[in-house]
Amino acid sequence: MSERLDVRKTYKLLVGGAFPRSESGRSYEVVDANGLFLANVAQASRKDVRDAVVAARSAQRAWWSLTPYNRGQVLYRLAEMAEARAGELSEQVGRAEGTRAGEARASVGRSIDRLVWYAGWCDKVGQVLGGQNPVAGPYFNFSVPVPSGVVGVLADQDSSLEAFVDAVAAPLATGNAVVALASEARPIPAVLLGEMSATSDLVAGALNVLTGRTGEIAPVIASHEDVDGLDLTGADDDFAGELGALAAETVTRVLRGADPQDRGLKRLRAFVETSTVWHTIGQ
Amino acid sequence: MDDAPASTLSALEYDPAPESAALARLRERYGLFVGGAFVEASDGATFETLNPATEEPLAHVARAGDADVAAAVAAARRAYDKVWRKTSGAQRAKYLYRIARLIQERSRELAVLESLDNGKPIRESRDVDVPLAAAYFFYYAGWADKLDHAGFGPDPRPLGVAGQIIPWNFPLLMAAWKLAPALAAGNTCVLKPAETTPLSALALAEILQQAELPDGVVNVVTGDGSTGAALVASPVDKVAFTGSTEVGKLIQRRVAGRPIRLTLELGGKGANIVFDDAPIDEVVEGIVDGIFFNQGHVCCAGSRLLVQESVAEEVLRRLRRRVDQLRVGDPLDKNTDVGAINSAAQLEKIRELTAFGEREGATRYTSPCALPERGYWFAPTVFTDVAQTHRIAREEVFGPVLSVLTFRTPEEAVAKANNTTYGLACGVWSEKGSRTLWVAERLRAGVVWANTYNRFDPASPFGGVRESGFGREGGRHGLEAYLDV
Repeated sequence: MSERLDVRKTYKLLVGGAFPRSESGRSYEVVDANGLFLANVAQASRKDVRDAVVAARSAQRAWWSLTPYNRGQVLYRLAEMAEARAGELSEQVGRAEGTRAGEARASVGRSIDRLVWYAGWCDKVGQVLGGQNPVAGPYFNFSVPVPSGVVGVLADQDSSLEAFVDAVAAPLATGNAVVALASEARPIPAVLLGEMSATSDLVAGALNVLTGRTGEIAPVIASHEDVDGLDLTGADDDFAGELGALAAETVTRVLRGADPQDRGLKRLRAFVETSTVWHTIGQ
Repeated sequence: MDDAPASTLSALEYDPAPESAALARLRERYGLFVGGAFVEASDGATFETLNPATEEPLAHVARAGDADVAAAVAAARRAYDKVWRKTSGAQRAKYLYRIARLIQERSRELAVLESLDNGKPIRESRDVDVPLAAAYFFYYAGWADKLDHAGFGPDPRPLGVAGQIIPWNFPLLMAAWKLAPALAAGNTCVLKPAETTPLSALALAEILQQAELPDGVVNVVTGDGSTGAALVASPVDKVAFTGSTEVGKLIQRRVAGRPIRLTLELGGKGANIVFDDAPIDEVVEGIVDGIFFNQGHVCCAGSRLLVQESVAEEVLRRLRRRVDQLRVGDPLDKNTDVGAINSAAQLEKIRELTAFGEREGATRYTSPCALPERGYWFAPTVFTDVAQTHRIAREEVFGPVLSVLTFRTPEEAVAKANNTTYGLACGVWSEKGSRTLWVAERLRAGVVWANTYNRFDPASPFGGVRESGFGREGGRHGLEAYLDV
């Protein structure tokens, strides 16, 4: 008996809840930390970015219109899905990052725990970042954090899953929709997380995962008029400056130099807008 | 009775009640405020600031060049390293409380000075600008020793040196909005007032001397756009800008590659939404407050009136009648409702946009009020038959010009209100709380005023979404702009 031949997976984009190959038909070769072939991954085009932003814009309304409790359950569901496929994630994180199996498993564990952490924020962030404002007059005045809208994420280039989870779960927890560009050299764990999100009751299009050439795709995201926020963690200083200048054309909010290991609320605060309502008090 | 012509009202006109210009204690020349002292520009350059109500020069003011800006930034850096970062929160608080009190003590002088330099009615500078400026210092004074409890984690650090560029519409108040939270958080500042309204910031610098604020903690560099550009190009840690969206984008581009924190408070095209159940008398006052307050030189002005079709006719009839009664003229007259347009350039821009309004087919109604012969004036104006595509419905006029559109359903009101690249402020008028909240939830705006308009308070965060900028001024949220968090 010959050994069973394994069935290999094609790694595709996640756009609007569907898994297209790039509309361009292009792919690029991804290798592991030792330079061995891993997969031909879809290479997103300018058009894929535009499709993803359109999907994100429409999904954002639906995602934000869910109750915070419901959003929390969906992100928790994503953690459940990731836990069930932790073995697969660990293998890919290990191969991408060149870490030993134990360290890769630990990294996946931390990533899942981080998802759980963000899931819990969905129905707490409003109280922690908002509140009643004691103004000097007969007004009831309150502020609430509302999502910026569509957030473009340029994911960290080194940490293939942990940093990716942080970068996408934070804006999702505050009600944004996300168009994420995975690490160029280590995209597969991010693609897997995207696959899991599609079975987590996440509104289709709330998370879009693109893979491709950072130098080609990041400027398209940064200059897109319908992108409200931009996380430039995955760009070096010079490139971040270039992308930041593109983002200025539509006053896009930019998060720069955020430490992927940061455990504060910086990421939760990065893509919310404080909306303040004054209402008269009277008889 | 409702349709009584303006002529019968003339019998009810008030005698002039002018405030004395001498109260402003104007000087012929004003210097830059650098390192705690008033100094000439290094190249001796000056510019004139005018009284927009008379076109007469008020004073000569030093024009800061690159070297002066560099000196001011260096003074701020020294003060940060040597003094201010080592000054405890409780000490900083006490300086800010002193400043608040000094503003209150000199409030009459400041109000007159502001009205002379800016053209705004003394009633507004006296009742709004100056008391609010004091209130912002008083409010943020209290935060200086409580930053650990502000929700940004323990021991949040200041950013360092802040370059702050402010506009001409609320000169003293904008200085307070910028300086008070920055100083409370432990930063030092270089403030760049607007070219046409430099005087109240320099009077404030005198107040800082009287408060014995350590030298260099606040520096004031007066000048034009090139002074502001030099400040943005300086080795500062933070840039805060209030002004036009066009300049805001330029600044965002310029600082993009540098380790500089940025907050922007930019333009707006606020929708003031009137539902058919709202009390019309209050609505009319709210519309007037929304667009004619401060001659409409307000970034959050309710410059687009969205009125429900069923009451549009009645609201507009009463609005026109009310507009006829607005007294336009001498800013120092305590009875004046609408003062002078701040500058010839701004007047030209308002004229250009309103001319476009007529050309594009909107119907213009202008108050028949008499305007003074000298100075920059624009009579309150209401455009009806406005389409969403008209320039007067899309662009910020920044003048006493209202564009009226109508709607039938709450969905349509929200869609029209959000049909703009801006997102600063909106108003909602309705007696039905659930509908007001439904609308407020859907408006893309940083501030929503329900059954009121143009209210400001140091405890209330203010700022925009989308192309109206990012970051908040006021409240706990306003501290975030000046902390390394």
